Parts: sequence; structure tokens; C-alpha cells
Amino acid sequence: MEFLTVHSPALIIALPLLAAFVIPLLGRAGATIRDTFNVAILGFTAFLVAVLAIDVYTGGTRVYTFGATVPEMAIPQGYMVPVRIMFEVDAISIFMALATTVVTIAAFIYSLQFLKGETGQERFYSLLMLLFVGMLGLELTGDMFNMFVFLEILSIAGAGLASYRVNMADAVEGGFKYIVISAVSALMVLFAIGILYAQYNLLSIAALAHNMQYNTLDMIALGLLAIAFVMKLAGVPLHMWAPDTYAVAPAGITPMIYTSSAASMYALYRVTFTLYGGAFDTGAIGWVVIILGVLSMFIGVMMAIHQTDIKRLMAYHAISQSGYMLLGVGVGLAVLTDPVALASYGRDAMNGGIFHIINNALYKGMLFLTAEAIFFRIGTRDLNRMGGLGHKMKWTAAFFIIGALAISGIPPFNGFASKLLIYESVFRFNPLLSVIAMFVSLVTLASFTKVFYSAFTGAEMPSLGQVREVPRSMLIGMGVLAACIIFFSIFPGLVVDAIVAPATDALIDQASYINGVMGAAP
Amino acid sequence: MIQYIPYNIPFIAVALLVGIALYILIFKRNMVKIVMGVAILGAAVNLFLVALGYRAGGVAPIYTVSPQGPMVLPVPQALTLTSIVIAVSIIALMLTMVMHTYRHTKDVDAKKSRTMKG
Repeated sequence: MEFLTVHSPALIIALPLLAAFVIPLLGRAGATIRDTFNVAILGFTAFLVAVLAIDVYTGGTRVYTFGATVPEMAIPQGYMVPVRIMFEVDAISIFMALATTVVTIAAFIYSLQFLKGETGQERFYSLLMLLFVGMLGLELTGDMFNMFVFLEILSIAGAGLASYRVNMADAVEGGFKYIVISAVSALMVLFAIGILYAQYNLLSIAALAHNMQYNTLDMIALGLLAIAFVMKLAGVPLHMWAPDTYAVAPAGITPMIYTSSAASMYALYRVTFTLYGGAFDTGAIGWVVIILGVLSMFIGVMMAIHQTDIKRLMAYHAISQSGYMLLGVGVGLAVLTDPVALASYGRDAMNGGIFHIINNALYKGMLFLTAEAIFFRIGTRDLNRMGGLGHKMKWTAAFFIIGALAISGIPPFNGFASKLLIYESVFRFNPLLSVIAMFVSLVTLASFTKVFYSAFTGAEMPSLGQVREVPRSMLIGMGVLAACIIFFSIFPGLVVDAIVAPATDALIDQASYINGVMGAAP
Repeated sequence: MIQYIPYNIPFIAVALLVGIALYILIFKRNMVKIVMGVAILGAAVNLFLVALGYRAGGVAPIYTVSPQGPMVLPVPQALTLTSIVIAVSIIALMLTMVMHTYRHTKDVDAKKSRTMKG
């Protein structure tokens, strides 16, 4: 047990990575063996994430240095600075890792029967594991260059999966858009890393933050990093790729690509709070993030209203929901240097924004899965050609209702809990922003009501007479997410206190992150 | 000879390459040209990293057989190698996607082949 706790950061990455390359071999032995192996690996990784989460929430930040005699020894003897690659896991990293793991497991179970009969399944599962590794690595790493590498792993796997159905022309285009955006943003990140390395000869985030001088070059690097991550998380005005990619990716993958943009959002927060926090006045960056958030919220939902393709509609809602997270955390960033404002509302706003990340990964992921369940049965994503599906697909309809109510912020669902935190605290920062957020929430409800009426209610369409409920594994996949949503809805206070508030404190408390690595430095 | 080259010529080249790449990415519609744009951007960033790592008169950091003199820190070179490998795989993936698009539409012009409109 002790061994597992100490080495869990490395094993969490190593196991799925190993699995990704073993799967094609095992696939030759038969589908059952391969699926059993996948379930075992995912289950064990989830167990390790849970072990690490308990350790981090009770014992504080954990540093894992690769190649060191003792993993906690971040700085080798006789050196002043960390030279080895390291993972630094604090409360926000492990919070993101938990969200990623839940979504991946649900997506994997869902895919089991969804993929039946398709060709290239080994490669699908192989890439799925790589995408999982990419997200986890991005979230756990404590090294800038490592962040770039995992960003690339995530991008390549994501693009390969998005264009998995190469027999459809739009799938390839969605994948192409995604890879272009990802490649450009990753190269911008690398350029920024080069600028930082040239000045400080360091790659470790903690050591860089410790030595940061906030000169012009640092600001250029910050600009590059921020643009790159906003591009990757599909914030307006760099959101063009998201609807195309989300709409065409196969089921199970859309929630995962969506979660990977949440991982990019985590990277944005890590850079702005931890790398550039501290002595620097973050008010201006905070306002930029707030404005991006409001734009994403408003434009995303306005674009969603008139869509007739169910997955494109949900993709625009995904952009709009990202706006809430940016808004909440942006308010926290804007008042980071003002302790009074931070204590009275900034911290709550950040709690809301961060809680919204996991809520959204759950219900948005589930909504994407229900949309794909409909596509699986009737072969179209066009809302005008659906109708009366509620008679036959009762479970799917029920899951859709849960997701739609949660995303619109209807009490008592979890979306309401996080949005209420955002409304209340943002109102004290700037009432107008709060009003816009509420208005967007209303429009979201209107839009999902439209989807529900046109897809699930009404008389059965004669052309859809043969429709049946989707296979069991797809229902279980959606059920996993629905169960999490219901749990989060019943106990929002418990969840906020247990995992969200520590994550917020980890973002605010830059000194302890730096101390985790530089503590031993002379 | 080499030390007479002005120190910042590589950085001017980097700026030029980044400019060209961004121009291609923003204004060109042909998918093959977009792939070329990404490749040029990758080359620019790699050149930037290598130029950062260059120290006049430094020697390679191989401890066993190195001559006397200041050693070069090998980190930028290591970063560049990783980045080159990643760039190759990304470009290969992009080209397969262009190939599949061509198979579907008989065209690589992104403007004509967009089947999805916002």
C-alpha cells in the first residue's frame, strides 16, 4: 500500500500508456481478452487516482521526481535548482484527474457495444488510452516541457479519434480542424517555453514561478501561453473548431475531447495563477479572462439556438458553459491581490467556476452520449427528422432530462449549485456580469426544451417505427455519469467542501506550490 | 569564422518563418498548404530552441572524451529532438487526413469541401 501511494503519480501515467501499446497485440487474441484487459487497466488506474486523491487531500502536495533515489527529492544533492522531470500533484491537479477518470470510464463502457461491428477497434481503444494518458499527464505534471509533450499526446490521440469514422467526409474534416488548432497552439506553448528557458534556464513550473521577474519577455510568453490554451479550450473568439469536431467524433470520444479542453483550461489556470501569480498584479489578466468568459457564454448560446444538428447544438452549449468557468475563476484572478475582496467573494466565485468544471464534464458528457445514442439508432443528427423517440427509448429520454435540467441550472441539480455560487459572488464583483450569466442560463433552458420536444415527445414517426432502446453497455455508460450527477445534486455542500474548496485554495496559494519543490533549496 | 556571424541572425530568421507560417495558416485555403504552414511553424520554433542553446566555443557535453573548455547545456537540443519527432507524427497524421478528404471530395480546397457550416 505504501508503495502504491508513493509511486501512484508515475503508475497512473505508465499503466494506460503501456496498455495503449499492448492493446493492438492483445486484439489478435480476441475481443473478449482485449476488453477484459482494458477494463482491468482502467479500473486499476481509477483505483490509483483514488489512492493519490486521498493522499493529496489529507497530506498535501505530493512531488514525484523521476529518476531520483527518493521520489520526493525534487532537487538533487549539490544543486540549487530542480533538474529532473517531476510531477507535482496538488489539490487542483487531482481534482481534474478525478473528473477525467470518471468521464473516461463512462465513455469506455459506452463504447463497448457502440463499436460492435466496426473495423479498427484495437486502434480505437489504443488511442482512447493515449488520450487518457495525455489528459492525466497534463494535469499532474510539474514541468513546462512535459506539459507540452502531454498536450501533443492528447492532441494527436484526440484528432485520430475524432476522425475515426473516415467513411464520413465531415469526420475527417473535423479531425483536421482539431489537429491544425492543436498543432498551432502546442507550438505556441513551445515557443513560450523557449522564451522562459532562455531567461531562467529552468523548466520546472515551481522553480520558474520562484524566479519570475515579470519583465517584457515574460509577458510575451504569458500572452502566447494564454492564446494557445484559450484556442485549445474553445473560448470565443477561437472556438470555430469545436462544433465541427465535437459533432463528428464518435460517441464516447466527444465527452473525452470535451474533458481534454477542460484539461487545457486547467493548464491556463495553472499558468496564470501559479506561474504568474504572486507579486504580479493579475487584475488585467483577470479582466481578460472575464471578458473571454462572457463572450463565450453569450455567443455560444446564441449560436446554439438556431442549430438543427443535435450534436452541433450541444457543442455550442459546451462553449457557452466554458464561459461560466472562465467567468468564475476570472473574477478570482482579478481580485487575487486584494485579500479582502478575495475572502468575501473571490474565493466563492472560484469555487463556483471550478465546481462547474466537474459538473459540466458530467452532464455535458452525458448529453453528448444521449445525442449519440439517438444517432446510433436512427442514423441522423438532424432534429427535424426526429420525433416521438421517448416512447421507445425511455432510459435515454430520462438521462436526457437529467442532463438538460442540470445544464440549465434548475434546482436541485448540480448545475444549479455551481451556477448559484457564480451568480452570488459575481454579483458582488460586478452586477452586470451576473445578469448576463443568468440570461444565458435561461436561453440554455429554452434551447434544451426545444431539443426535448422535437426529439422525444409527440407522436411516433412512421419512419422510426423500428427504433429500440440502445444496448445495455451504452445505458450503463450514461448511467455512471447520471449517478454521479445525482450524487453531486444531493450533496453539493459535501462535494464543495471535500474536493472543490481545496482545489481553489491550491490555485490561490502559489507559495505552497513553489515550496513543494523549492522547499529544500538553500 | 563562425563567431563573426552576428549573434541574432537566427532569431531574425525565426521571426520571418513565424510570420510566413501564420500568413499561410490564416489566408491559405488549400489543405496541403495549411500542412506546410504547420511544418514551417514547427521549423521556426525548432530553430529558435537550437539558437538558444548555441554558445560560441562550447563543446558537446560528453564527459568521457571531451576536450577542455565550457560545455554546452544539452537541454535545448533535447527539447528540439522531442519537438521534431512530435512534428513529424503530427504532419503524417495531417497528411493522411488530407488524403481521406481528397478521397471523399476529389478536392483539397478547404473552402469548397466544408460540408459543415456554422
